[in-house]
Amino acid sequence: MALLTLLAVIAGAIVRQRSLFGVVILFSSYSFLMASVMMVLDAVDVAMTEASVGAGVSSVILLAALHLIKTRETRPIRTQLAPLAVSVLVGGAVIWGSLALPPFGDGDAAIHRHVAPRYLREAVTETHVPNVVTAVLADYRGYDTLGEVTVIFTGGIGVMLLLQGARRRDSAPREKGKETA
Amino acid sequence: MSLDVILRVGTKLLLPFILLFALYVQFHGEYGPGGGFQAGVIIAGAVILLTITFGLNVAQRIAPSPVVQFMVPLGVLIYAGTGVAGLLTGRNYLDYSAFAHHSAEGHAFGIMLVEAGVLVTVAGTMTAIFYAFVERGR
Repeated sequence: MALLTLLAVIAGAIVRQRSLFGVVILFSSYSFLMASVMMVLDAVDVAMTEASVGAGVSSVILLAALHLIKTRETRPIRTQLAPLAVSVLVGGAVIWGSLALPPFGDGDAAIHRHVAPRYLREAVTETHVPNVVTAVLADYRGYDTLGEVTVIFTGGIGVMLLLQGARRRDSAPREKGKETA
Repeated sequence: MSLDVILRVGTKLLLPFILLFALYVQFHGEYGPGGGFQAGVIIAGAVILLTITFGLNVAQRIAPSPVVQFMVPLGVLIYAGTGVAGLLTGRNYLDYSAFAHHSAEGHAFGIMLVEAGVLVTVAGTMTAIFYAFVERGR
């Protein structure tokens, strides 16, 4: 509960913060708190990913991006009433939908009765891998992980094209002389 | 240059342990938490730390840009190729039973190969993205 309260406090601070540098640092601490929440929920694999990707690498990459752009958020141009209404509506719908979820930690929930018992029972004999999370990710749900790796691949190629393609055009001899970086 | 002695020495001391921890996370992922994704990010983190303290040139002597960029598709290829090995032996795509006589042993080996593919792509992508930002910022 203390962790969740801290999460809410940091989320509020992120919204209030105008300096983007502060926002990145707050995001990083938000990720670390999220990793702690995952630890409390016994999802160590997720916690590890959250700590390394969310708090580590993505903060560094956001800081590197800040190096290229302005570091202060500009004041909004239009009134914020419409976005506020959308947020309240969507948030309300999510809360309304979550009321129909089974109680937290309920062993009889639908998601725990479909394939999960079979994975827990058979994973070690079928794959000789004691960590069921790894067995599910890399074997039973191999297609999903392949898709995940392809997403990372596509994202990386996209960023490289965006950043390096622009640089190459910059350094190429300019024909019209009007191009700006 | 002379004021960051602590950073430089600290980085030098930390780097081998970071890399060793990445390998531990990779190969212990079958027994404890971890796996290719986390290990890849930790390796990328080591390269990023090296770049931040010693500069891009030093880092690219150890992890040259072309190699890093080649790792991005290579990992996907390792993963997808592992799946094709199942097809070639008349099984389903991504069925690892073909790698050993005993089906479960084959699955364990297949999972190891697939995790290696994830590691290569993730480490390559994260490092390549960081390199792209640093080169753009110069």
